[in-house]
Amino acid sequence: MSADPTQVLAFETDCHIFDGCGFPAPGLHSFLFEPLVGDADSSVYFNKTMLLALLGSVIVVGFFWAAFRKPKVVPGKLQMVAEAGYDFIRRGVVYETIGRKEGEKYVPLVVSLFFFIWMMNLWSIIPVAQFPVTSIIAYPAVLALIVYVLWVSLTFKRHGFVGAFKNISGYDKSLGPVLPLAMFIELLSNLLVRPFTHAVRLFANMFAGHTLLLLFTIASWYLLNGIGIAYAGVSFVMVIVMTAFELFIQALQAYVFVLLTCTFIQGALAEHH
Amino acid sequence: MSQLLTVAAEEMENPLIPPIPELVIGLIAFVIVFGFLAKKLLPNINKVLEQRREAIEGGIEKAEAAQTEAQSVLEQYKAQLAEARHEAARLRQEAQEQGATLIAEMRAEGQRQREEIVAAGHAQIEADRKAAASALRQDVGQLATELAGKLVGESLQDHARQSRTIDRFLDGLDDSASKAEATR
Repeated sequence: MSADPTQVLAFETDCHIFDGCGFPAPGLHSFLFEPLVGDADSSVYFNKTMLLALLGSVIVVGFFWAAFRKPKVVPGKLQMVAEAGYDFIRRGVVYETIGRKEGEKYVPLVVSLFFFIWMMNLWSIIPVAQFPVTSIIAYPAVLALIVYVLWVSLTFKRHGFVGAFKNISGYDKSLGPVLPLAMFIELLSNLLVRPFTHAVRLFANMFAGHTLLLLFTIASWYLLNGIGIAYAGVSFVMVIVMTAFELFIQALQAYVFVLLTCTFIQGALAEHH
Repeated sequence: MSQLLTVAAEEMENPLIPPIPELVIGLIAFVIVFGFLAKKLLPNINKVLEQRREAIEGGIEKAEAAQTEAQSVLEQYKAQLAEARHEAARLRQEAQEQGATLIAEMRAEGQRQREEIVAAGHAQIEADRKAAASALRQDVGQLATELAGKLVGESLQDHARQSRTIDRFLDGLDDSASKAEATR
C-alpha cells in the first residue's frame, strides 16, 4: 500500500465501518495522479490522464480509420455505425445550427470535438481506466480555447473590427442610456465568461460524475462490515445506477459542448447579433 | 489518513487551474484526432456518401429513362402496328384491283387472240380459195383446151391465141359467177 494519498484507493485501505476507521471520502486528491514518468514538480512528466488522453485519441482515430479508410458505397456494419455517428453530428448539430452552406467547413472540427470529448468522458466507466480525462480542467480548457480562438477570429474576419466589436458587445441603439452598461456586461460575458463556462461546464459535469461514482464505490467497500453490509448493497446498486447515468451524461456533455461550439460559430457568422 | 488528505488538498488547491503539461498533451491528443479526421477520413467518407447519393439518384434517373423509353417504344410499336394494318389493307385493295385489271386484261387478250385466230382463219381460207381458184383456172383451161382440141380436131398450138381465148372464156365464166353470186 502506498503512503501517498493521491494513490490510495478505497480498496487498498482495509478500512471498514465499525473498525474505528473514518470514511475515506473522495476529494480533490482523487483527481491527482503520481506521474508514471518524470517528476510532477519539474512540469515534465507523464501521468495516467495523459496516457488516457493519447490512448483515447488513438482509439477514436483507430475506430474511424477502420470504418472510413476504405469506405464503400454499400457500407459494412462498422462503416454504417460510424456513418450514423458522423451523420448525427453533421446534420443534427452543424447543419441545424450553422446551416448547410456555411456549416460544411466546420463539420470536421465539430465531429472531431464530439468524438474526442465523448471518448475522454467514456474513460470514466471503462474498466481499469475508470477516470474521465475531461475531469481534469486542462483538457476541456484546451478544447474551449480552440473554439474561442476560432470564434473570435471568425467574428473579426466576418465583420471587420467595428462590426466585430458591435457583434461581441451586442450593440443595440434601442437600449438608449443603458447601452454602455449592456455593452460592458455583454463584452465581459462573451469574451471572458463564455470560454470559461464552456470549459467548466464539461469539466464540472465529469468531475462531479466521477466523484459520485467514487463516493458510492468507496461506500460500498467501506460499509462492508456487520450490519453495514445491507447498506453496502444499496450503495452498490447506486454504483450501477450512476454508471448508467454517467454513460448518458458523457454523451450528453459531449453533445452540449459541440452544440455550444456551433452556436458560437453561428453567432460569429450571423449578420446581426 | 486525514492528515495525508489535507496534504493532497494543499498540493492541488484549485482544480480549475490547468497544469501546462496536460494542456499540451490535451492539444496534441485533439490535434491527432482532428488531423486524421479532417485530412483523410472525413473526406473519404464524404466522397463515398456523394457517390451513394449519385448512385441512388442515378438509379432513379435510370428507371425514369427506362420508363420513358418503354413508353416511346410502346407508342412506336402501336404506330407501326397501325401502319402495318393500313399497309395490309392497302395491299389487299391493291391486289384486288390488280386482280380485277388482270382478269380484264386477260379477257381482252383472249378476245383479241380469238379474233386474230378467226381473222387468220378467214385469210387462210381466202388465200386457199384464191390459190385453188387460180390452180383450177389453169387446170380447167388446159383441160378445156385439150378437150376442145380433141373435139375440134385441130391443134390449137398457138399458145398466145389459145390463152387469150381461154382467159376471155374464163373471165366470162367469172363474170357470170359473180353475177350469179350478186343475184343470190
